[in-house]
Amino acid sequence: MSDSAPDSLKGGDLVYRQRRPVRLWHWINALTVIVMLMSGLMIFNAHPSLYWGQYGADNDTPWLEIGADGSAGFLRIGGVTIPTTGVLGMSGGVQIAFPPLVTIPSSYDLAGARQWHFAFAWLLVVPGILFWIWGVASRHFQRDLAPTRAELHPASLWQDIRNHAQLRFHTGEAARHYNILQKLSYLGVIFGLLPAMVLTGLTMSPAMDAAWPWLLDLFGGRQSARSIHFICAALLVGFILVHLLMVLLAGPVNELRSIITGWYRLPEEKAQ
Amino acid sequence: MTLLKRPLRIALTRRKLVGSLGAGAGGLLLSGCDRITASPTVQHVLGVGEKLTMGSQRLLSSRTTLAPEFSALDMSPVFRTNGNTDPASDAYARHAAEGFAHWQLAVDGLVRRPLSLSLAQIRAMPARTQITRHDCVEGWSAIGKWTGMPLKLALDAAGVLASARYVVFHCADDFAGDPYYESIDLIDAYHPQTILAWGMNDQLLSIGHGAPLRLRVERQLGYKQAKYVMRVELVDSLAGIGGGKGGYWEDAAGYQWYAGI
Repeated sequence: MSDSAPDSLKGGDLVYRQRRPVRLWHWINALTVIVMLMSGLMIFNAHPSLYWGQYGADNDTPWLEIGADGSAGFLRIGGVTIPTTGVLGMSGGVQIAFPPLVTIPSSYDLAGARQWHFAFAWLLVVPGILFWIWGVASRHFQRDLAPTRAELHPASLWQDIRNHAQLRFHTGEAARHYNILQKLSYLGVIFGLLPAMVLTGLTMSPAMDAAWPWLLDLFGGRQSARSIHFICAALLVGFILVHLLMVLLAGPVNELRSIITGWYRLPEEKAQ
Repeated sequence: MTLLKRPLRIALTRRKLVGSLGAGAGGLLLSGCDRITASPTVQHVLGVGEKLTMGSQRLLSSRTTLAPEFSALDMSPVFRTNGNTDPASDAYARHAAEGFAHWQLAVDGLVRRPLSLSLAQIRAMPARTQITRHDCVEGWSAIGKWTGMPLKLALDAAGVLASARYVVFHCADDFAGDPYYESIDLIDAYHPQTILAWGMNDQLLSIGHGAPLRLRVERQLGYKQAKYVMRVELVDSLAGIGGGKGGYWEDAAGYQWYAGI
């Protein structure tokens, strides 16, 4: 977002909305997060059960399990078993938790998936830390992402949720800035989900547990960290899906131009 | 030794399956992705990440930084076995029948005084007991209590030569004729928690868990914890051993030699 906000801006005007570091980081993440998610699902396939606590293996009780009874795939969460044949547990006539279409590599290869996962982890962490530093130094976080007191007022929040649900998005000058739901979801990803993914990932490393034993205290054990890692990954998938849906609804050409070139055409005010 | 043969066989049938679906869009996408995965350039770039990870982890911890140790209350009720759980050779069966009374551990290679230690000698050495977490590369963990001889004692007794860089563990088990082996560098070899365990959970080590001697190298994953150790060899390079990548699973399926993550 640019520095000053002239009052004269209106719907139809082209404004410089996304600065270069934002665009660059967006596209690095678009690649990195997809590779991390897909290789992560292959790693999960090696032991498709999740536990709470310090330990967890076949003789312990998982809180989540993907598996197959004969040729019937299932997802079991707590005591609830959901049949998922063809998608989870069993697909293409093979017993596998997540199907080949969503994993890297596509066929069972734990060693290969780990190689992808841990190489791309660096592309998540290093640009992520640089973006954090830039975000504070350039005041991008403080100016563009920090919610104002007025925005956080419950009535205002509720109004924004209603507007989104009715697919009424900001227009004209108001569309130059992130709305409160965007701010909260971006803040949640940048300062919540992504750091949680990295830290829970590190907690699964036996060498990191030696170097930083507080990781185990923070998450309540390696298997808890593994569960939280998976939950955060699922939330990240949810964020990406909603994000893509919003891009489609808000005008994909304009949105794409803005995240590639930085320039965004303010949507026309609708006649009330 | 945290892996089963089964997944490899699934991989083959799956590849055939995916190949036969090649006409579909999904199949095209998959084969495209897998072609990228198989490219030597891509593998090289990904390998840089692995070196970066090992370098950073070593930077963040000292040579003697201990893996977390747990209390007896934290121990897994059942510590599962995996990998090979009963070596197939006649020689091993004979040793097992004799209660390993004639088992000898060789310490040789780049040492001043090659040794052959009996189990009685090893058990008479000062022992270390530690309750630690065993992390399989597959994702599961089990906490158990290990008792054994610090590897450092054997290395010091044999007198490691300055040219030695790695310690190789030769094992009595094999997969379809390929003997199991593993290797670590001298930093992990001299680590205070690196022991050749002969006891587990206050009993003598069972055959399923690697009797009579199993390596514990607590800052790495399960496949580094070689079972049925017969020989400890000091070498300056891993190139001449097995497939040259430093371990059975490293050779057989491309698992990372450094398994700190």
